[in-house]
Amino acid sequence: MAKASVSSSAHDRLILTKNNRRWDEVRGRALVTTCAVIMIAATIAITIFLAQKGLQSFFVNNIHPIAYLTSTNWNPTGENASYGIFPFIFGSLAVTFLSALVAAPLGIGAAIFMSEISPKFGKKVLQPVIELLVGIPSVVYGFIGLVVLVPLVRDHLPGNGFSLFAGVVVLTVMILPTVTTIATDAMRSLPNSLRQGSLALGATRWQTIRKVLIPAALPSLLTAIVLGMARAFGEALAVQMVIGNTRDIPGSIFDTSATLTTIVTLNIGHTTDGSIENNTLWSMGLILLIISFIFILVVRYLSGRRKV
Amino acid sequence: MKKMKLSVLLAMFALVIGVLAACGGNAGGEQSEEDNSGSSNSGGGDASETSIVVAGSSAMQPLVAAAAEMYQEDNTDADIQVNAGGSGAGLSQVQEGSIDIGNSDVFAEEKEGIDADALVDHQVAVVGMTAAINPEAGVDNLTKEQLIDVFTGEVTNWSEVGGNDMKITLVNRPDSSGTRATFVKYGLEGATPAEGITEDSSNTVKQIVGDTDGAIGYLALSYFDDDSIVKAKIDGVEATNETIGSGDFPIWAYQHSYTKGEAEGLAKEFLDYLLSDEVQSSIVPDQGYVPMTDMQVERDAEGNLTDK
Repeated sequence: MAKASVSSSAHDRLILTKNNRRWDEVRGRALVTTCAVIMIAATIAITIFLAQKGLQSFFVNNIHPIAYLTSTNWNPTGENASYGIFPFIFGSLAVTFLSALVAAPLGIGAAIFMSEISPKFGKKVLQPVIELLVGIPSVVYGFIGLVVLVPLVRDHLPGNGFSLFAGVVVLTVMILPTVTTIATDAMRSLPNSLRQGSLALGATRWQTIRKVLIPAALPSLLTAIVLGMARAFGEALAVQMVIGNTRDIPGSIFDTSATLTTIVTLNIGHTTDGSIENNTLWSMGLILLIISFIFILVVRYLSGRRKV
Repeated sequence: MKKMKLSVLLAMFALVIGVLAACGGNAGGEQSEEDNSGSSNSGGGDASETSIVVAGSSAMQPLVAAAAEMYQEDNTDADIQVNAGGSGAGLSQVQEGSIDIGNSDVFAEEKEGIDADALVDHQVAVVGMTAAINPEAGVDNLTKEQLIDVFTGEVTNWSEVGGNDMKITLVNRPDSSGTRATFVKYGLEGATPAEGITEDSSNTVKQIVGDTDGAIGYLALSYFDDDSIVKAKIDGVEATNETIGSGDFPIWAYQHSYTKGEAEGLAKEFLDYLLSDEVQSSIVPDQGYVPMTDMQVERDAEGNLTDK
């Protein structure tokens, strides 16, 4: 009976409403194409807008691009204004790489635990906890950093608490879920035959993980790290609250520092459209975008190298 | 089946919209009823423009928003939206005509890229500010010279200015901040502050100064409402409405509301309301500002002080 109704409905669709069906196809296709076009248009529009705004400081205000990128003197409001953003580029890259350095082993370790050692506990306890971490807004991380971490650093380590170090700690916690989630997916997507083959050859579980699974998943694991770095690089609010936001290149990890994002968020609202300082802030935005593109290119390159 | 789901979804959507609209309608209805029974003097606004947008200085936002709320209670057909975003953004947007009133804590003349002649200044209140000192420093009075020495880094220990033996930690504002501009101009006689922790939000500055031994920053007077920070006297003069009004205490700035050309319609009525006794004698002092009526001195954009 059920079979009959299915076949008859298929028959109806094919014979009686052929026209409708074709329109359905067209409509569906139009819908998803529109979505894709909007996405692409938004990306291109943002890029063009940022480039147009960000290049003004070089073409309209005649700031020398090399000096802008390499000078360490940032003094936009003084008598002899100078616009050198090297300390902020340095700060951004420093917090990004240092936090990735800490988050990578932790995240990948947790991923291996979740996929290889204790999948049940991993799925039931660890995964929800990590997903919860992703959902915490960055301002909360920043505030906890400000009231808990900074005083702790001040009391037990050199400096006044506000430091590159505090920024790295906050960012590490923030990017850890990203790294762990992607790394876990990478480990889980490895074919079981790899594990079985390795164990059949007499390898222990740890040997299997170290010699077979990690090398096989390496491109995906690197992708996880790079995506974590991209998030760290773009984070502004949480870092701003703990890093101190000074314009000097930090002499040690316990010195205050600043990143491109924190300088932009601190200043952009106070500056007027079209002023030199406003334009230089837009240029920082453009540099952030370019470095993000580089991160994406690295990710594409890495996923292209995936063997499994 | 698919169609069913879609129609159910649409129905739910319509329901939600309907409920929201009903809620909005109800609230409006209640308000107007209340208004009818309360005061008969409603709806006196210019019918040509019943909604305006105000944006700019985040420090001014609570004051103007509170006034707007009170104004809308009496004039239910008026719709006044008050946003923050920074003085620079406020001035830029009012200049290009995208908002009706732009709030700023500095004179438009002081901002690059703003044609001050095209804007009309409405000074709605005065904000006083002074140095905020961590209680552990043991200092509650600084001479102007000492203040400058502390902020330029000439003096690095509180014992040198009569306090405890404790290192001085500076808490600055971003270069472009109006609070910083005012403090530097009238507190530090234009001297450039040495590098220190830089934060934009007054609450964060208060938190840091309160928590960090030996820290000093600067805050508007409304933030000195508990014992976590010390309100510094300058040359023995305490910052109060009286000392600011008489011109004895130097560090203060106008809170400006700019319009493009002379204010008209609702914008004009709202600005008149801001300067009315109703606002000047209640919200303005309540929020820690000095009412315009208390000011016996005047200051122009160049900083020249004259008796009113």
